[in-house]
Amino acid sequence: MDRPMDQVLPGEAVTVMDPAEPAGGEPKQSKTRVKIGRLRIIVSLSVIGLYVLAAIFGPILLKYDAVATDLGSRLKPPGTTLANGQVAVFGTDQVGQDILAQMMQGARVSITVGVATLVLAGLIGVAAGIAAGYFGGWLDMVLMRLADIQLTFPSILLAIFIAAILGPSVVNVVIVLSISNWVTFARVTRSQVLGLKNRDFVDATRTLGARTWHLLTRSILPSMIAPILVVATVELGHVILAEASLSFLGLGTPASTPSWGMTIANGRDYLSNAWWISTIPGIALAALVISFGVLGDALRDRFDPRLRSM
Amino acid sequence: MTAYLIRRSLFAAFVLWGAVTIVFLVLRLVPGDPALLILGSDATPDEIEQLREQMGLNQPLLVQYGIYLADVVRFDFGDSYRYHADAMGLVLDRFPLTLQLAVVAMVIGLVLGIALGVVGALRVNRLADRIVSVFALLAQSMPSFWIGIMFILVFARQLHIFASGGHGGFDRLIMPGVTLALPLIAIQIRLTRSGLLDVVHENYIQTARAKGLPERVVIFLHAIRNAIIPIVTVAGLEFGKLLGGAVIVETVFSWPGVGRLLIDSISARDYNVVQAAILLIAGGFVLINLIVDVLYGYLDPRIRLGR
Repeated sequence: MDRPMDQVLPGEAVTVMDPAEPAGGEPKQSKTRVKIGRLRIIVSLSVIGLYVLAAIFGPILLKYDAVATDLGSRLKPPGTTLANGQVAVFGTDQVGQDILAQMMQGARVSITVGVATLVLAGLIGVAAGIAAGYFGGWLDMVLMRLADIQLTFPSILLAIFIAAILGPSVVNVVIVLSISNWVTFARVTRSQVLGLKNRDFVDATRTLGARTWHLLTRSILPSMIAPILVVATVELGHVILAEASLSFLGLGTPASTPSWGMTIANGRDYLSNAWWISTIPGIALAALVISFGVLGDALRDRFDPRLRSM
Repeated sequence: MTAYLIRRSLFAAFVLWGAVTIVFLVLRLVPGDPALLILGSDATPDEIEQLREQMGLNQPLLVQYGIYLADVVRFDFGDSYRYHADAMGLVLDRFPLTLQLAVVAMVIGLVLGIALGVVGALRVNRLADRIVSVFALLAQSMPSFWIGIMFILVFARQLHIFASGGHGGFDRLIMPGVTLALPLIAIQIRLTRSGLLDVVHENYIQTARAKGLPERVVIFLHAIRNAIIPIVTVAGLEFGKLLGGAVIVETVFSWPGVGRLLIDSISARDYNVVQAAILLIAGGFVLINLIVDVLYGYLDPRIRLGR
């Protein structure tokens, strides 16, 4: 079996060339492309920045208490002035909680889970990828077969299964999503290492007597930070989406830490008389995921077009 | 071709074994006692001990693993304590409904995805192409459970065109089918568009055009052939993902398939059913991968000849 799974993985089968890139490379066209690329990066980064600010400062400005109920202001539409004088910009939910406050709290949860997952999955994946790519042999064989097995298992199913066993908690969500996301990092890292380990500058360092650890941390790792960051950006959107899906199913964050998926799930029972409960947090979630997607695409085009297929 | 088939089948069997083992390990090695998980925290120590004995949990792990493998081979996943019926039987009863949903989504995804991809490729960088690309981005990034709820809100609650859930006639398949198909549409648009654009500058396309063939013949008979390999591969892989994604869509639309059974069984701690459902979906996924591999070797001789 010579690298059997390689033929069927979308990552490798889908070699997407950039069709908009003219073969001869007209300077005028490529200049507008660079400009568009920069615009995409600026716009998506601004949107993401806005979310981060809302996640950090929102809950301080607009208090949210998961257990409080205010039955007098249940299911009020967006823009209603509540009894306490506050304006519920996005309306209130079935227990009279302000949706905007809930969403900003949810942004905290989503972004925290997303970043923590990426750090954990990234550490595991990069370590596995370096080990597999640099040392090769049986270690490479075992790690990559493990990755193949996992890729043949729908990741949401694995996440549901493990989350169901572990039970709902923020830490468990991070563990579950890291388990289902390390493979992408491992594969990208491995292919980078394979490409780098026999390059002249690495050979030169080795010839000067550098130890393996020095080679890995000072020569190889710094050279592949760009592709890893690109993958991390794209994955961050996926992780946030997966967290929301798990929470929607009741397998993600517990009731005491409301996340977007949970608010959307709660709104399902009130679709006829309170459309805003599900609709508005969903738009917020979609906008954030799309921003990460656009940012990831733009960064990839800019720093490493070869990664187009990841 | 035979050697290729054997190699792929062996790998599929290996993956299936891996999936079975992962399920076993997750169930046995996570912190917490499976007996306690099943009975809940208000069970007495006697009850727990009795169930542990009954489940064979007091035996060494390797013995448990052997018994488990033997059970799996015989398709015996124990009984559902909720329904007092064979767990795998329950899952198999629901499977046709999930399959129905996945097939409808697959058809919608392939037809719309390829059609829109061709439109994008024929109108590169023009308005239609831009619209198609933006649609692909949206279809890929929007949470499917939210899209499903929005469909219910608009088409069931406001316009009263479709029923909001349950199964029955073909009209009840449309909303969940489209919801499940959206990510697939996005992927197929990108694949078809880029696949076509890759080949339009090739000599054989120029030749076909030079012969005076109409553009649609050039595109649909000549160009799309080379775009079809990634389409088949990804369609196969995506079919497995559809089975996984169906868990969410079934929950949104109260579609009584395997996914809904899985989620219900999780909240009821009916772990025998959970196991059976997970392994059935995983098995389906592996089988589809195998079929894709075989098709793939058939479509592209370079692959089965081992490059």
